[in-house]
Amino acid sequence: MIQALFYGAAVISLAATVAALTRTNAAHALIYMILSLLAVAVIFFLLGAPFAAALEVVIYAGAIMVLFVFVIMMLNLGEEGRTRERAWLGGRNWIAPGIIAALLLLELVLALSHVPATTRGVMVAPKQVGLTLFGPYVLAVEIASMLLLAGLVGAYHIGRRFIVRRREQH
Amino acid sequence: MDGLQVPLDHVLFLAAALFSCGMMGLMLRRNIIFMLMSLEVMLNSAALAFVAAGAAWGQADGQIIFLLILSVAAAEVAIGLSLVLQIQRRFRTLDMDQANRLRG
Amino acid sequence: MASIWLIPFLPLLSAALLLLSMGRMPRSLAALMGAGSVGLAAVCVALTARSFPGGGDAQELTLWTWMAVGDFVPRIAFYVDGLTLVMMSVITGVGFLIHLYSIEFMWEDESFCRYFAYMNLFVASMLLLVMADNLLLLYMGWEGVGLCSYLLIGFWYRDPANGQAARKAFVVTRVGDAAMALGLLLLFTELGTLEIQPMMAAAREQWPVGANLPVLATVLLLGGAVGKSAQLPLHTWLPDAMAGPTPVSALIHAATMVTAGVYLIARTSGLFLLAPATLEAVAWIGLLTLLLAAFTALVQTDIKRILAYSTISQIGYMFLALGVSAFASGIFHLMTHAFFKALLFLAAGAVIHCLHHEHDIFRMGGLRTRLPVVFWSFVIGAAALAALPLTSGFYSKDAILLSAWEMPGIGPWLWAGGLLGALLTGIYSFRLVFVVFFGEARTEPDRRPGWKIALPLAVLCALSVVGGWFALPLAQIFPARGHAGVPHAVEYASMATPLLGLFIAWLLFLRRRIDPARFVASPAGQSLRDFWFRGWRIDSLYDALLVGPFKALTHWWRNEPVDAFYNGLVALSRWGHRGLNALQNGELRWYATGTAFALLLLLAVMLRNAP
Repeated sequence: MIQALFYGAAVISLAATVAALTRTNAAHALIYMILSLLAVAVIFFLLGAPFAAALEVVIYAGAIMVLFVFVIMMLNLGEEGRTRERAWLGGRNWIAPGIIAALLLLELVLALSHVPATTRGVMVAPKQVGLTLFGPYVLAVEIASMLLLAGLVGAYHIGRRFIVRRREQH
Repeated sequence: MDGLQVPLDHVLFLAAALFSCGMMGLMLRRNIIFMLMSLEVMLNSAALAFVAAGAAWGQADGQIIFLLILSVAAAEVAIGLSLVLQIQRRFRTLDMDQANRLRG
Repeated sequence: MASIWLIPFLPLLSAALLLLSMGRMPRSLAALMGAGSVGLAAVCVALTARSFPGGGDAQELTLWTWMAVGDFVPRIAFYVDGLTLVMMSVITGVGFLIHLYSIEFMWEDESFCRYFAYMNLFVASMLLLVMADNLLLLYMGWEGVGLCSYLLIGFWYRDPANGQAARKAFVVTRVGDAAMALGLLLLFTELGTLEIQPMMAAAREQWPVGANLPVLATVLLLGGAVGKSAQLPLHTWLPDAMAGPTPVSALIHAATMVTAGVYLIARTSGLFLLAPATLEAVAWIGLLTLLLAAFTALVQTDIKRILAYSTISQIGYMFLALGVSAFASGIFHLMTHAFFKALLFLAAGAVIHCLHHEHDIFRMGGLRTRLPVVFWSFVIGAAALAALPLTSGFYSKDAILLSAWEMPGIGPWLWAGGLLGALLTGIYSFRLVFVVFFGEARTEPDRRPGWKIALPLAVLCALSVVGGWFALPLAQIFPARGHAGVPHAVEYASMATPLLGLFIAWLLFLRRRIDPARFVASPAGQSLRDFWFRGWRIDSLYDALLVGPFKALTHWWRNEPVDAFYNGLVALSRWGHRGLNALQNGELRWYATGTAFALLLLLAVMLRNAP
């Protein structure tokens, strides 16, 4: 029965992702996306990685997706936005992406089908994660923090309203 | 509690399926918001694969990589969304097919 | 003697100064330099002849070595023997008279200096040609006279037709020149030297009579001679060359340049004697040309074209003489022909000059009383041309016909052809005299010739009469030919035929007893006359055979198919550029699709190679 949970969560996350990517309303798509992330968090928890599950919910679904929500609210796409999206999602546009994505899936499945391993079934506790993080991987932590700093500065600068100078002032 | 014992290839199949969906979304949608969302899906699927592999080995490395992927995704989303705001202000549209001034 | 280098140098110096003056020299000075340099050269020739007792040893003078490449060391060197002396005398003597005549003829022309520069350059090149010690220097003179001929035919360059005539002359003679160059290469490769006397000695030692190599070499040299001397099949340029000023026609296309071919064969006679087949070909070429040109001259209406075809015909006689190994007779006829043909051309020029540039003989007439000097010049010239007894032409042509008779085998045929040619020559030359000078005057002359025209005419008249009694110093070079075995009937026939021709011309054109218009009126007569008028349609033949296919070929290849490969490369790279350009369209979705596609391919490759 516990196995069924895993497969159930997998199906939910897949369905939610497909739904998210095919909506015309951006806000709806975001909700579906959050649903998918929550399902993946469940999968993490089931695999014995509670720390990853927690982070998935808190940061991915809780911070990143919320950021998306803020921006969509700011953009205020509205009804004409939905109409536009419907037009862009017409029948002919699906052909090439569909074929390529299907082939990609096929190839990945072929490549991954000879893995004989199974998950161990042990839980890797947060304490162990922390010790490994600030042990062998401490350099990666520092670099990640620099990355985040760069992201912070960049986001602030790019998102500013720039003043458009008038031509006579040159 | 301890974790489940699932065949690793099933988890990886799920990751592959999520990745293809994300790829399709990237190729299909014209709106920049949805494209960013597809990128998030792809990153998520990669993270899933890492965690699953870590669980297969029974070590913490998978989750550490997951953490790093997360910080990358966060930084990327921040900058990507501020770019979206600028695009909206300048082009008055979110259609990525209109933003082709780097053509050559 | 040291002064023989002055002979070509004086006209060359004058030409250089006239060219450098760029037309700004005053006319009298240009005339003085132009005619004076040739006159001084003639004096030098006379002095050289005096110190050269008839038929003595040849004089040689080496100026410097031209180049030294391995075994090939040609020099700028002169070789003067009896043959050279004859040629030099003709060139400078007749040349001086023509230059004097030109002063008055070209006085009103705006390019007076340029004219004399080119004429002097021509005289210098021709002297270089005849005085050359080796065939390479001779070839340089050969090319020089070809160049000057082109420059002088197209002298009035503003009319494009003159330019075309000049180009035609140049291109047709070029065909011959190319053959001659090949001949020179062959001679050098086989015999190791191009100096004329050593080469002929080596040829006599190495090559048996009638072998393939001398025949080949002489045939190639004959090609050059045929081109320059306007014989069949390369004769088509000479009638068109009459587009140049008349003194040019007199000097170049009557007296000197067209005789260069005859000189070449005479000079290298040692080689030609080793190839009897070629000599026979020379004789036949001479005979056929002689007859063809005589028939054509019979129906021409332009005064200069009649004389041009007559020149072609007379050079045919010279070739006939060379072909039957009567080299001395050929050179003798060359000299007398220079006299009377230059006389005729200068007189024709005087007619044209005084009749404001009228060329058609049927628009002239009755000039006997109006231009008496010119009339008498024409009469004497025509008599010499027709070889009436006691003129210089009579002695030279008679010698040729008798030598032709003596040739074993084909001799009588050659003689008969020559006789027919003499008859026709009589007819057309006196046709010219009777139509132009007798009858009613259709155009009145508007001026009289001055002393600079009359004096050369008078001198040439005298030479045309007494020239037959000159003894040429050729005994050392060519073996003497007596005519002992010729039956008297042949001699009398040769003497009587020109008189018969004069009589027929008198009947047709003066007395009008038999009206030629009746023959011409019938359809057969009309087409025959037309055929002869166009030079037996040879120009049309060449047009169809050579010019037409050439033009078709250039038209067919006007898109440059040979460049197709390189154009194809360019087109390919442009196509690739356009293609790649289209791939970079700036759309994010398209790039993403591209990345996905590449990922697909890479994964496929990896899956294939994975164990």
